[in-house]
Amino acid sequence: MVAATPLTVTTAVKQEFGFRVSDFRRFRSTAMLATIWGFSLAAIIPLLFVFYFVTSKGVGGLNWDFFTALPAPVGQEGGGMANAIWGSLMIVGMAACIGVPVGVLTGVFLSEFGEGKFAATLRFTVDLMTSVPSIILGLFIYTILVVPMNGFSAYAGAVALAVIMFPIVAKTTEEVLKLIPDHIREAGLALGIPRWKVIISIVLKGSVGPVATGVILAVARVMGETAPLLFTAFGNSFWSESPSQPTATLPVAIYQYAISPFKQWHEQAWAGALVLVMIVFFANLITRVIMRGSGVKRSR
Amino acid sequence: MDSFSKIQMTVLSMFSTNGRGRRREIHFADRVFYYLLKAIGVGILLLCASLIIFLYKAAEPAIAEFGWDFFITNEWDPEAQEYGALAFIWGTVVSSFIALLISVPVSVGAALFLTELSPKWLKAPVGFLVEMLAAIPSVVYGLWGIFLLAPFVRDYIQPILGNGFGFLPFFQGPPLGVGMLTAGIILAIMITPTITAISREVFRSIPDLLREGALALGATRWEMIKVAVLKTGVSGIVGAVILGLGRALGETMAVAMVIGNRAEISLSVFEPAATMASVIANEYAEANDDIDLASLAAVGFALFFVSLIINTIARFIIWRVESKSKG
Repeated sequence: MVAATPLTVTTAVKQEFGFRVSDFRRFRSTAMLATIWGFSLAAIIPLLFVFYFVTSKGVGGLNWDFFTALPAPVGQEGGGMANAIWGSLMIVGMAACIGVPVGVLTGVFLSEFGEGKFAATLRFTVDLMTSVPSIILGLFIYTILVVPMNGFSAYAGAVALAVIMFPIVAKTTEEVLKLIPDHIREAGLALGIPRWKVIISIVLKGSVGPVATGVILAVARVMGETAPLLFTAFGNSFWSESPSQPTATLPVAIYQYAISPFKQWHEQAWAGALVLVMIVFFANLITRVIMRGSGVKRSR
Repeated sequence: MDSFSKIQMTVLSMFSTNGRGRRREIHFADRVFYYLLKAIGVGILLLCASLIIFLYKAAEPAIAEFGWDFFITNEWDPEAQEYGALAFIWGTVVSSFIALLISVPVSVGAALFLTELSPKWLKAPVGFLVEMLAAIPSVVYGLWGIFLLAPFVRDYIQPILGNGFGFLPFFQGPPLGVGMLTAGIILAIMITPTITAISREVFRSIPDLLREGALALGATRWEMIKVAVLKTGVSGIVGAVILGLGRALGETMAVAMVIGNRAEISLSVFEPAATMASVIANEYAEANDDIDLASLAAVGFALFFVSLIINTIARFIIWRVESKSKG
């Protein structure tokens, strides 16, 4: 004997359409959750494709010559990107010499003396500097350095990269130093240590690791920057005699090879791209290991 | 002066006379340190100011020559000394729009996944991969775009769009691979990590109480996400999207490599185009005369100005959302 079902909206819909309202809601929920899974998969797939193709196409071109030889003339086999690799290392090294100290000191200022209108303005400016298109910085350095110096040079390239670097370093340094609790600073001050010494040998020294990760990330970032170097360091098919000459860099060389019509150059471009991707990958991996659990928000 | 203050004064003066040399030294060194840091800060502000001034100066000849018409005429002919930047503005706007269209659902989806759905063990690897997406150099995306994405778009995506929606003016013309659509797709990939990272922060800051409330009222998981997470976080998402837009506007190399570089306005996304950033990258080093350089600098100045405004708006929104969630 079946009990009569009370007539509710639910049963009415079921009689009319053959399914229940809650069935529909449950189905819609599942579908939407699946969509979210799908979207996050879609976000990652391009990265896997880039990894796969850069590795498979680049690994063939990676050999001893690639790191030691000059580019071969079109039509000849072999050749490498030694001048571009060396140029990149030199320019990034010089950029770090300017960008890292400036960035760290700015970060210290923002974290230790970060109150008041001036600091707020500076913080906002540094924030905006991280999002100025890098090609605009290239234009700027071109007008203030390349034109007066009468030519493209590694120096100009280094300054352009330093301008990109320092806001990144400053933001990480600020975030990291803010995590150090005030009572540690107060303990130092109570011992009669002057403030500057407290900042340098207690606050800064205690966060050397995380500050270093900011530096590593910034270096990895500018290692791949192309746009600001196009009309500062420019490029060179040979060794540059001095940093005041146009200098080849890895990213610019990759760009020039990629848009060239020569197959052999394309291979070199892939190999160069593989080197760049490896640098970036390991820099990020190291960073992640050092930062694990430190609770530092990544600069963006 | 009451007696207490008097005592205080005496004690203070006692201390400062007793240890005058030492105290002064400490104060002096601290002051030097402070002003050193402040000087660097002032230097940065000056650098920023000079960035604006020098860019404007470099652009001035072109603005003097063509006036504001520069930004609304569609003519770019170095041979004839005719310069107008409308085609590049169009290219920048349309490619960024395509990028947002693709990237916003994907990034918000990825952020939802990372905060709401992901099993714990999957969070770190997925988060790392999304971060890597931001770290890959632009020129590598460009290389990949030229040799793999562009042919893929030409062989698969463009024929499908052309056959299905070819009656629309947006999907007409021969499938070339390089063009506005490919540039938009590359941009979408490049801005996804930005939007994801910030939306994730926003979703994270939403208190669990709201989620539990929604579930307790009988909401399904999706309804909970819709009501408690998306509706609450909407202003944060807007900030994230605007910040992503700022990145898309200024992105140079990857776009320059796949957009085809043609200074023409076309409704069809299959056609080659050029953006403000890409034209500077392509032509500045080879510009032959002053007015050419100045015109490109004027394009750069406009780009700088627009990205400054967009980023200021985005940061303001994000800052307000963050301070609200803290307070």
